[in-house]
Amino acid sequence: MSDLALHIPTDVIDGPVSLAFALIAALAVGVCVVAARRGLDDRLVPLAGLATAFVFAAQMLNFPVAAGVSGHLLGGALAAALLGPWLGVLCVTVVIAIQALLFADGAVTALGLNVFNMALVATFVSYGVLVLTLKVLPRTRWGLGAAAFAAAVVSVVAASAGFLLQFWLGGEEVGQSFGAMAAAILGTHVLIGVGEGVITAGAITAVALARPDLVHALRGTPLAQGPARTIKETA
Amino acid sequence: MSLADGLYRPGDTPVHRLRPQVKIVALVAFTCAVAATPREAVWAFGVYALLLAGLFALARVPAPWVLTRSLVESPFLLLALAFPFMVAGPEIRIGALTASTTGLWAGWNLLAKATLGVWAALLLSATTPVAGVLAGLSRLRCPEILLQITAFAVRYAHLTVAEVTQMRLARLARCDDPRLLWQAGALARSLGVVFIRSFERGERVWQAMAARGYTGRLPLEVGPAPAPALQWTAALAAPALAAAIALWTTVAP
Repeated sequence: MSDLALHIPTDVIDGPVSLAFALIAALAVGVCVVAARRGLDDRLVPLAGLATAFVFAAQMLNFPVAAGVSGHLLGGALAAALLGPWLGVLCVTVVIAIQALLFADGAVTALGLNVFNMALVATFVSYGVLVLTLKVLPRTRWGLGAAAFAAAVVSVVAASAGFLLQFWLGGEEVGQSFGAMAAAILGTHVLIGVGEGVITAGAITAVALARPDLVHALRGTPLAQGPARTIKETA
Repeated sequence: MSLADGLYRPGDTPVHRLRPQVKIVALVAFTCAVAATPREAVWAFGVYALLLAGLFALARVPAPWVLTRSLVESPFLLLALAFPFMVAGPEIRIGALTASTTGLWAGWNLLAKATLGVWAALLLSATTPVAGVLAGLSRLRCPEILLQITAFAVRYAHLTVAEVTQMRLARLARCDDPRLLWQAGALARSLGVVFIRSFERGERVWQAMAARGYTGRLPLEVGPAPAPALQWTAALAAPALAAAIALWTTVAP
């Protein structure tokens, strides 16, 4: 859960590739604005604002993995499962933009690259995985948990694969060791993804048990389970 | 550091007084110029660093603050350190290590440009309040809907973060100390609760706004002011100098 391939700084990827990805990201985010507005109308701004604030809070949650290593959630799969792909993309995009402009994390010239990897790829891929696995798995808390886990693992690996694609198109020449680098980065991100998956699965099952109507991926149907267990809020 | 304020350091210096849209354009232009400079022109990066150091001094931002905040890029510094040993090419020996020269240049390139990019962005966030950045972006024709979402997110983020912190304290007070991944259940569940609370708060906020006559469009009570030409000239001096150096080092090495 470190962000090794994320928040790309200045000039890791060359100018033309950055520009191309910025255009792709701008177009896709525009489509997401239109699609999200269709579902929410005038509720869009307050709800998306609060959901973004939630993604922020989720990223602030530091989790000690092992001795001295701690990391934070990326939140793409979480946002996709709870809010749906359109609103999810908007929230993660805003978080990335705030981090670049207000917290100097990630270069302004790499904004398009970062939005492409973490908002577009992570959110859409995880939503696709979630919808597909939910078709196969039983709609119980364990089924939903397993689907959310798979979606989160795949989303993190897909985001790092997005970075590798950008690096292959417009990064440094690393010669024949690009394959080795790709294997190392993908391997690390499978591990990172397992951490992300455990937290995401736990959080989504908790929401699904208490307020199934708030989990976008369930499309309004509650989990099939006998006695309804409710989550007690702890202060 | 409060989330609602970003990294803003209040002050009344010439850099603080510049209009935000001017500073945003200058930041983007400067970062592009830095990115376009060839890596072999080591002196050019020195000039950029001096330029930024001068501006930080003008804005009365202390150097230790800048250096601490620069740590956000540390994961990429590890990549910069790995380049000399990963990249294929002619090799040189440094002590007991063998490093490739192309790799050393690649590592230097990443290190210098990433650091300068972070410093330039820090200059903006240290001297511009959050509302100012949003007003500047609106002046630069950034889609209004994204800015409104951002304004809401920034306004409410400190609440959700406080809720997460409060739950963490409550868990710690009950001797919860999840160290390994399979113990993370309580942490994940509290995240779920924070989501429910955030979403419900969002609905309440929307209902309150609807009661006051909100129809999906915020009345822009404070239109961002246009910047006088003098400010544009002053603020773009640094990026212009950087662009000139970038061009000079590219055509006449």
